[in-house]
Amino acid sequence: MEKLELYVPRLIQKKEKFAPGHRACVGCGEALAIRQTFKALGNNIIVVNATGCAEIFTGQLPVSSWEVAWIHTLFENTAAVASGVEAAYKVLRRKGSPLPANTKIIAIGGDGGTSDIGLQALSGAMERGHDFTYICFDNEAYMNTGIQRSSSTPFGAMTTTSPVGKKSIGKFSWKKNMPEIAVAHNIPYVATATHSYPFDLMAKVKKATEMPGPAYVHVLSVCPTGWRSANDTIIRQGRLAVETGVFPLFEVVNGEYKITVDVPKLRPVKDYLKIQGRFRHLSDENIAKIQARVELEYQKLLEKANHGGQKTKRSS
Amino acid sequence: MTTRIGIEVSIAVADAVQLCNADVVAAYPITPQTHIVEHLAELVANGELDAEYIPVESEHSAMSACLGSAATGARTFTATSSQGLVLMDEVLFVASGMRLPIVMAVANRALSSPLSIWGDHSDVMSVRDTGWIQIFVENGQQAVDNTICAFRIAEDNRVLLPTMIHLDGFNLTHVIEPIIMPEESEVAKFLPPNKFPLPLNPDKPVAMGSFAAPGIFIEAKWAQEQNMKASKKVIMEVWNEFYKAFGRQYLPVEKYKSDGAKVLILTMGSFSETASVAVDELIDEGKDVGQVRLRLWRPFPFDEFRQAVKDADVLVVLDRAVSVGGPAGPVASEVKSALYNLAKKPKVVSFIAGLGGRDITVKGFKDIITKGIEIARTGSKNEYEIYGVRE
Repeated sequence: MEKLELYVPRLIQKKEKFAPGHRACVGCGEALAIRQTFKALGNNIIVVNATGCAEIFTGQLPVSSWEVAWIHTLFENTAAVASGVEAAYKVLRRKGSPLPANTKIIAIGGDGGTSDIGLQALSGAMERGHDFTYICFDNEAYMNTGIQRSSSTPFGAMTTTSPVGKKSIGKFSWKKNMPEIAVAHNIPYVATATHSYPFDLMAKVKKATEMPGPAYVHVLSVCPTGWRSANDTIIRQGRLAVETGVFPLFEVVNGEYKITVDVPKLRPVKDYLKIQGRFRHLSDENIAKIQARVELEYQKLLEKANHGGQKTKRSS
Repeated sequence: MTTRIGIEVSIAVADAVQLCNADVVAAYPITPQTHIVEHLAELVANGELDAEYIPVESEHSAMSACLGSAATGARTFTATSSQGLVLMDEVLFVASGMRLPIVMAVANRALSSPLSIWGDHSDVMSVRDTGWIQIFVENGQQAVDNTICAFRIAEDNRVLLPTMIHLDGFNLTHVIEPIIMPEESEVAKFLPPNKFPLPLNPDKPVAMGSFAAPGIFIEAKWAQEQNMKASKKVIMEVWNEFYKAFGRQYLPVEKYKSDGAKVLILTMGSFSETASVAVDELIDEGKDVGQVRLRLWRPFPFDEFRQAVKDADVLVVLDRAVSVGGPAGPVASEVKSALYNLAKKPKVVSFIAGLGGRDITVKGFKDIITKGIEIARTGSKNEYEIYGVRE
C-alpha cells in the first residue's frame, strides 16, 4: 500500500482503548497486538483476561491500562468466566436490565493459558456455543514466569525448561496446532493473525466478534525478550513468520478455509530462524527437518483452502 | 403456605433456588449433589425458572462461570460435593477476594482415597479458609430456609461475600422429608433484588481483579476480613427477619437442653438430630448432659459459642473429618483455640466418627458421650479418638 501514512488515520480510530503507560518490555509484540485489537473493537465490550504477561503489565492495583470493562480472575478459567459473563448478560437483558445491547464478550489469554492449562475450559465454552470471541496472544512460551516452554513453543526452540544440552536440542516436540483444535469444535469463525499485518488482524477480530457464537483468533505475538531477538525487529519477525509459511494467515468461516495473506513463494525458514537467539543452536539438519514440516503443513492448509472453493495460488 | 409436603431435600433446595429467582446456574454433576442440579436444569428447560443453566465441563469451570456471572450482577447459584469442591478450591478464594455474592449448596461427602461417595465433612474442612460464609443445616427445612437466607446475606452490600450451605450427602440430599415450601410472593417480599454495586458494564467500565503488589495486598485482605467479621451482624439480622416472616428461627449456635448441663456434646450437620435423641436418653438415665450445635461455621461465632459452653465441665466434640497427624478433629481444634484464653473453660474431648458415610446411631452417640466423660476424668494419651473402628 503506497502512501500508507495518508490512509491510516482514516482507517483506524485514534482513540486508544488500551492506554499507554503499561509496563510491557520494550518492543513487546503482544502489547502492540492488543492495542491493534482494541482499536478495532470499540467501547461496547467486556474483556476477560487470563493471568499472564498482558494481565500483569496492564493491571496493577490501583491503576489500569484498560479504558473498557475488564475482569481478570485466574490463569486457566478465562473461557469459563467469559461463559458466565455471557450467560449473565443474556438473562439480565431478557429480564429487562438496562445493560447495553449487543455487548461483545472478549476473552484473551496467552499461549500457556490457552493451549495448555486453559484448554479444557476453552473447549467447554466453544462446545457450549457461548457468543464470545477468544483471542490467544501467542508468544510461544511462558514469558511472564521467565520463558518456560509451553505446548505452543515451536520445535527446537530454546527455553528455560527446554534448554539446549548434550542430550537436548531445545523443545523436543512440535508446536500444538491450536487453530485446528478450534476448527474441530465446528465454531463459526477461526482465524490466525499477527501484529505485523495490522489491517488483517483488525479485520479479523472485528469479524470474529460480529459472528454469532464462539470465535477463536490466534495471534502470533513476537516476544523479543523470550525469543532472544532485537527489540526493534518484531514487525520484521512477524512478517518473516508469514512469508516463510511458519505462521500462515488464514480464516475459517463456517468450516471454509481462506488464506488471507497470500504468499506466492515461501521464503526458506532459515530467514526466520536465524534472527532469533532461541534457534541459534540448530544444525542444518534440524533446520531441514523444520523446513520439511513447514512445507507439509502449508501444503495441507492450501489443500483445505482449495477444497473450500477458494482461489489460492499454490506457492510451491 | 404452612402445610408440609413430602419432598426430597435436593428437590426442595432446587425449588428454593427457583423461589429466589436465580439468574444463572453453572454446575457440573457429582454424587450426591446431582438431584439438586438436575432439578434446576429441568426447571429451566420447562420455562419454570427464567435462568441460564450453564452445563460446564468441570467444577473448576462451574465456579469460574459463577465468578463471571456474579461480576455481571446476576443472581448466581451452583452446587457441588467432595472432589468437586476441592477442584474448585482455587476459584473459591477468588470469589471471596473479589467479593462476589455466589450461593453454593455443598452436599457434604468424603474425599478420595479410598473413593467414597458417602457423607462426611472432609470436603468442608479442606475449604475452611477460603473466605466464604459457611452455614450448616440439619434437615430439609433448614436447607430450604437457609438457601433463601443465603442469597439475602451474600448479596447484602454490607457483606458481598459468597456463601455455602452445607447439607450432608445422602443423609439429607437423598431423603424425603416433610417440608414447608414458602410462597413465591413471601420470598419476593423477603429477598430484595440483587444490586451488585459495580457490575461489568461497558457504559460504566471498571477493572476487576487487578493484581496487588506488597504495598496494597495486606490492605485488601484486611478489608475482606473486616467484612467477614461484620457479616455476622447481617446474618443475624437476616435470620431474625426470616423468623418474623416465616416463623422459623436460626442462630449461630443452637442449644439443646444445654443450660446448666455439666457435659455437652457439640455437633454440626444432620447427625445433630441423632445426638439429640442420645442426649434425651442419657438425661432419662439421670446423666447431666446437653447439646450445642454449631450452625454458623464461618464467620466462627466466638461470643455465642463461649456463652453456650461456659458453665460446662466437659465438651465432647464430634468431628466427621480427620486431620491426620494433627492436634484434634478440625472442629475440636477450633473449639480449643476459641476457649484457650478463658480462665474457666470445659475440658475438650475430640471424637472422630461417621467418616465416609459410616452411621452413628443413638447408641453410638451415647457411647461417645460416656467415653468422653471418662476421658475428661482420666485423661488420654491420644489427641483424639476415632470411634467405631473395627480393628
